Amino acid sequence: MSQASSAPLVEVDDLCVRFVGPDATVSAVNGVSFALAPGEVLGILGESGSGKSVTLRALMRLLPHRKTRMDGRITIAGHDILRLDAQALARVRGPVVAMVFQEPMTALDPVFTIGQQIAEAIRTHESIDGVAARRRALELLELVQIPSAARRLDAYPHQLSGGLRQRAMIAIALACRPSVLLADEPTTALDATVQIQILLLLRTLQRELGMAMIFVTHDLGVAAEVSHRVAVMYAGRFVETGHVNDVVKRPSHPYTQGLLGSTVHGVAKGTKLSTIPGAPPNLARLPEGCSFAPRCGYAQQACRVAVPAQVEEGGTSGVPHLTRCVRVQASSAACGTTVPTTA
Amino acid sequence: MFQYILSRLLYTFPIAIGVSLIVFALVHLAPGDPLSAVMGEVDQTMIAEMRASFGYDKPLPLQYMTWLGSVASGELGYSLRSGQAVLEILLSAAANTIALGVLASLLGFSVGIAAGMFAGYRNGTWLDKVVSASAIAGVSMPHYWLAIVLVIVFSVEWGLLPAVGAGSASSMFSWESFQHMILPTIALSAIPCAIVARTTRACVMEILSMEFVEALRARGLSESRITLHVTRNALPTVLAVMGLQFANLLGGSILVETVFAWPGTGSVLNQAIFDRDIPVLQGTILLLAMFFVVTNLVIDILQTWADPRVSRH
Ligand SMILES: Nc1ncnc2c1ncn2[C@@H]1O[C@H](COP(=O)(O)OP(=O)(O)OP(=O)(O)O)[C@@H](O)[C@H]1O
Ligand SMILES: [Mg+2]
Repeated sequence: MSQASSAPLVEVDDLCVRFVGPDATVSAVNGVSFALAPGEVLGILGESGSGKSVTLRALMRLLPHRKTRMDGRITIAGHDILRLDAQALARVRGPVVAMVFQEPMTALDPVFTIGQQIAEAIRTHESIDGVAARRRALELLELVQIPSAARRLDAYPHQLSGGLRQRAMIAIALACRPSVLLADEPTTALDATVQIQILLLLRTLQRELGMAMIFVTHDLGVAAEVSHRVAVMYAGRFVETGHVNDVVKRPSHPYTQGLLGSTVHGVAKGTKLSTIPGAPPNLARLPEGCSFAPRCGYAQQACRVAVPAQVEEGGTSGVPHLTRCVRVQASSAACGTTVPTTA
Repeated sequence: MFQYILSRLLYTFPIAIGVSLIVFALVHLAPGDPLSAVMGEVDQTMIAEMRASFGYDKPLPLQYMTWLGSVASGELGYSLRSGQAVLEILLSAAANTIALGVLASLLGFSVGIAAGMFAGYRNGTWLDKVVSASAIAGVSMPHYWLAIVLVIVFSVEWGLLPAVGAGSASSMFSWESFQHMILPTIALSAIPCAIVARTTRACVMEILSMEFVEALRARGLSESRITLHVTRNALPTVLAVMGLQFANLLGGSILVETVFAWPGTGSVLNQAIFDRDIPVLQGTILLLAMFFVVTNLVIDILQTWADPRVSRH
């Protein structure tokens, strides 16, 4: 977990994503900033609709370009993602950054075999012949531990079980040895036992291949299992980020506290995030200040004026614990625990 | 796959028998007496004699068996009107209809697929709206009306193309024959074109909204490569629709063939109905029904080949 000290592989600076519709503009991501070192794993937690998937898709510019407006800056392995032309973007997708989708059934092309799809992904980026690509595809299926891989090469997605399908999708994502793997709830659609297997596989592969990974999940236990660092997302903002231990054991943001339930300590693996009274905000008409203020028991006048700045309060293993909440500002100033940000 | 085709072929036999039974029943259960229609006012004993010589006095099941037996040996009987062998009439008519059907399919399907792909990809743009509106017009416009308009414009007003008949050239592949086929081909292709365009558009739109297209993009595939995937995914549905339209075209259109006086199965059928020419009627309907059975078989096989999700047994 010392990777955080090396130069960042992914740098996201004040990312904003809006969807322009005929009636309303939906602000799905509202100023997300973070950096990810090579080999580091960031877990993103948050309620449904908080903008987790949109953030991941923005990193690969997969959002429908006709209605999407993106601002800010995304740099991955030196590529200024938002300014790449179509061809340069296509060269980044796969070898630099790849994605594992939530639903392996709908994210695989149903009329091509697994082998064809892996080989195609490889041959898109490397000039090798079909035989070599097929051999690589077989190696990949073995890498993701698909039993009788040679036979599965010629299987269509619908002929595989959910778990095998997700392994196949991971194999496709790994086909061009990406430096960053984006995983959008890769286990949500699977059975409980299969979930754990896929999770362990992803963690093993991430370590063996030294990939950086961004892992989106609803499941706090899952996030704690795989991540070095977690970010809690609310209404398109990272309201709290930090080392897993800090965020889980000492949550600072009232939203995180609500997510973890009243008894924060001893959150077991598999714990689902509890629900918080009130409804998530309408992303078409976000409040001026903190988006959580309307649901927050501690809300004060200051919360409604401006979006609270990110405040650092300690950290673990070099991972700063950052929170966007006026109360943290106040309390940390009072207690004098604010650690000055190192330049 | 081979086994699947074989089993499908076996399935076709009972269907064919059923079809022949229906064809036979339809013709024989229709009111009116064929011989009195053909012979007009003659005395009853002569009609009875004729009836006996054609076997129309026998019980229906027996007639059916006799007819089926002769059909199986390629013997379709003789026209009550002209005395010409039914098989001979049918072969030349079917060749004419198939020629038109193939041309109309080529035209209608290629235009329909291209328009549908464009509209599906440019969903919501003016191009899409033009295609969708044309497709609605294409399906709702009566094709015989289109045929008449084509004749009026291209033959009567401008004198560019022949209006009726198949021409006198001995070969169907001559320029003269081709000229005769242009207008009927266009008239016949309108509906298949519109239907294929609509299906393709809907299919492409649906596929483009699926997550796997985004996933393909995430693998760094080029847009042309992704279009290939979209096309491949649309293929089973579009193939099925094209197959049905092709079967329809093979059946020939009574109305369009009548407008252009095209000597195809539609015209033969039309004439046979007026004449109550039972052998010709039976033979033609049976032939058309068999076209349907065979095209359906081919569609089925093609679909199984095109869509791995259709089970093969
Ligand atoms: N293509 C799109 N067009 C318009 N709005 C969109 C689009 N994609 C996402 N949104 C909106 O953006 C918001 C954030 O969606 P997102 O999918 O990122 O949520 P999420 O955090 O991934 O939720 P979940 O846990 O349910 O996956 C939602 O309100 C959603 O309706
Ligand atoms: Mg999501």
